[in-house]
Amino acid sequence: MEQPLVVALQALLLVALGPAVVGYVRWLKARMQGRRGADILQPYRELRKTFAKEMVVARSTSWIFHLAPFVLVASTTTAAMLVPVIVIGPSADALGDLFVLVALLMLGTAFLALGGLDPGTAFGGMGSSREMTIAALTEPTLAVSVLALALTSGSTSLGAITGGLVETPGRALGPGHVLAFAAFFIAMLAEAGRLPVDNPSTHLELTMVHEAMVLEYSGPYLALIEWAAAVRLTLLLTLAVNLFFPWGMARSLGPMPLAIAAASFAGKVLLLGAVLAALETRVAKLRLFRVPELLAVSFTLALLAAASAVFVR
Amino acid sequence: MFAMFGAGALLAVVAPSGRSARWSSMVAALLGTIFAVSLAALVLLEGHAWSLHLAGVLEPLGGVALTVDSLGAVFLGIVGLTGAPAAVYALGYVRSLDTQPRGRMIHAVFNLFLASLCLVPAAGNVLTFLVAWELMALTSYVLVVSDPTSDDGARAGLWYAVMTHAGFAALLAAFLTLAGGGATDFASVRAHASTLPSSQLTLVFVLAIIGFGSKAGLVPLHIWLPRAHPAAPSHVSAVMSAAMVKLGVYGALRLFFDLMPPGPGWWGGVVLAAGVTTAIAGVLYSVADTHAKRLLAYSTIENIGLIFVGVGFALLMRGYGYAELATMGIVVCLLHTVNHAAFKTLLFLGAGAVIHGTHSASLESYGGLLRRMPQTAVFMLIGALSLAALPPLNGFPSEWLTFQMLVAGVGQSASQLAILLPLAVAGVALTAGLAAVSAVRLFGITFLALPRTPGAASADEAPRTMRLAMAFPALLSVALGLAPSLVVPRLALVATDLGLAPARLNAGLALALPAVGSRYQPLLLAGLIAAAAALTLVLVSRRIGRRSRHADDAWNCGRLIHSPRAEYTAASFAEPLGRVFAGFYRPTQQIRIEVHPVSRYFVRSVGYQGTLAPWLEQVFYVPVVAAVRRMARRAGRLQTGSIQFYLALLPAALVALLLLSTWLR
Repeated sequence: MEQPLVVALQALLLVALGPAVVGYVRWLKARMQGRRGADILQPYRELRKTFAKEMVVARSTSWIFHLAPFVLVASTTTAAMLVPVIVIGPSADALGDLFVLVALLMLGTAFLALGGLDPGTAFGGMGSSREMTIAALTEPTLAVSVLALALTSGSTSLGAITGGLVETPGRALGPGHVLAFAAFFIAMLAEAGRLPVDNPSTHLELTMVHEAMVLEYSGPYLALIEWAAAVRLTLLLTLAVNLFFPWGMARSLGPMPLAIAAASFAGKVLLLGAVLAALETRVAKLRLFRVPELLAVSFTLALLAAASAVFVR
Repeated sequence: MFAMFGAGALLAVVAPSGRSARWSSMVAALLGTIFAVSLAALVLLEGHAWSLHLAGVLEPLGGVALTVDSLGAVFLGIVGLTGAPAAVYALGYVRSLDTQPRGRMIHAVFNLFLASLCLVPAAGNVLTFLVAWELMALTSYVLVVSDPTSDDGARAGLWYAVMTHAGFAALLAAFLTLAGGGATDFASVRAHASTLPSSQLTLVFVLAIIGFGSKAGLVPLHIWLPRAHPAAPSHVSAVMSAAMVKLGVYGALRLFFDLMPPGPGWWGGVVLAAGVTTAIAGVLYSVADTHAKRLLAYSTIENIGLIFVGVGFALLMRGYGYAELATMGIVVCLLHTVNHAAFKTLLFLGAGAVIHGTHSASLESYGGLLRRMPQTAVFMLIGALSLAALPPLNGFPSEWLTFQMLVAGVGQSASQLAILLPLAVAGVALTAGLAAVSAVRLFGITFLALPRTPGAASADEAPRTMRLAMAFPALLSVALGLAPSLVVPRLALVATDLGLAPARLNAGLALALPAVGSRYQPLLLAGLIAAAAALTLVLVSRRIGRRSRHADDAWNCGRLIHSPRAEYTAASFAEPLGRVFAGFYRPTQQIRIEVHPVSRYFVRSVGYQGTLAPWLEQVFYVPVVAAVRRMARRAGRLQTGSIQFYLALLPAALVALLLLSTWLR
């Protein structure tokens, strides 16, 4: 009985924390750029405001437009259940592994792309086309990174990967692990729609990807989509820290391990969030047609990671 | 079963009216396919083969022998499961042909085609196999060229006839080498094959790859497939794409894993590389094509590639001596064959319904069909999501197992494969990602947004028989997606029947790999997704009701004009990929700008034309076609018109043959 509860609570934690993580990255970026910035709770206020607004639905839409936000939220939440956040437990592994998680994220992306096409506007189609293109090109990197992780830990399950690393920390120094992290980090930027692949804070016609796709959404639907995007970012950051640096995670449910795990999780996510903010302050958005080059770099890293993982095992 | 098909063919010809010909022959086809499915199920559930030997028929060549073992039963089942909905579908789809004599011809040949498809996996000796194979080629050829008004159909037919007969010649040579002049039943062929030297076995391997690869559509032998599948009527396309090309897979499995002794590992490497190349080339063409049925044909090539990844992996692992991994390869290959058969039948039938409703086959002329064809849209959404390999539908379990198979392969086998297998992982992942783009594009451009043409705006929903026919593969796709574990153990038994190690890939309802501890629990995941969606709906329901929303024009960043002319089209949706893979597509574009004579800044009209160079075809086929032409011209010189010369040629040929046979002895 405990295990499913742990899974549900961890997913709930990710869902609840999502906007705060977005707020934290925004606040830090503002500080780095010499602005004061809104505090980290601002995204919650924005979501509450958007939820309360009246919704305008384009006449040209069909039921797909209404379905898309729900599939997005549901698939993101289900993906969050697979992620070990604070506790390493075997129960989430019974549901699915990293490949399943990636596919669940793709399910949300595909439905949002359909929702973007549905109103029949030029921007919606543009966003959908670009988002799907980037998602498709990110897949090889993700799959080969998963392969590299599986080779060092012997499994593609998240619990087994994190658990194995906690037991034998020496593995984390292997070339496969380090290169896989670099590859995964770039793929994560693309999956989460962050700079230099996509700029989450722009509405400039020619550069937006995700924002163009959700242009016709308003009110509660928009709030759901924004929330899902925040959860997705948090989920990916959590994956990055827990798959590659899982130390401190609780292996039992005692109060002491849990407290240590929560503190270390917070510390790691804050640190990686700071790296993200610094990166987004430093680099400019790439032209869309330069993005594949970046992804090719990350793919090469992933391939090297997998090959070297074979040779050092 | 065969009697039903025969009766169907006969009824199509003798029935008093076009309408009764259609009904009687399609009901016969339906009954025949139901028999096929029951026979397959019987063999798979009971676990022992069914066989029948008619020694009297074609006696000098060994007679007609029918044997359905577990491997054959899987493919017989696939033929039945795709043939049945296609027959029901035809009731509505070809109604317009009732008044034409070629309607009867199509029904009759369709029955014969189904019979030959059932015969191939049931063949128990080389003769039966080759006769059935040729019958299948001929009947499908007739169906491809069945539209006398279409030039494309005739051209496609020519390509198809040439490719399929080149493949047949390769198969004939392969089987003759294997049988070596002895008895032609599969047991004696097996016995004789194990005595052959490895050089001859390699020759057979190469010939078999050419023969079965040309039927299955392995790149670069795929050239006929995107031409022939769209040219046939949609219910025939569905059977061709979902069942006929799979028999190429059947042939490869039968030969490599049953009749021939285990070969060296590099065979597997070749097949695996061919599979990955085929998958990527197929999906790249599919994502850029704008013809509704041709893009599905390209997607069939992609899926054949993925299936051959499984075949190649199994060969590779058997060659390196990892029997359990080889079993996994066979299971993955068979599972994807079944899954693809289900969703590709659905997609072809759906595409046919759309073409039936709009009288156009170009994606660019669709749009907004969801409102005009609501039920077809639901079926096509299921098909598209399966095609995109998204959970919880049935494209995903086989993709997941493909990944797991490759990961297990890198983890547990020889380190020589440390680059080949990770590259295969990347290739499969890229294919899956691009397939998702293709699926979103297919569904989005067809059913969403505003209608782009009057035809799309006034499209009719498909007749009831057609919708009924689509419901069946749709249900199958959902069921196979939610409970792949119902078929996976059966498919693993097929691998054990082929002499491979037993392997267990499921635990209860979940797919589970004990060796690596990875699991996929589709039913529970689908439940969780549904529960999460329902919970979200409950939470926001008060805010999204009719009272708190209002309908208006699309905002579109403040642009006031909202017309279908500004919509994203199928071509523009694929444009970013066209640029990324410009090296593959080699696009040429022509932009024509007409300006006002007063100033070049007043543009009157802009014309754009873009084409993709099919260089893969040019590289391989232009030289071949040119060489054939040259040889034909030389041979033409013999045709002098003088009878004496022709008569002189006859004894010359006879003497040459006699000399050749004595030399061969």
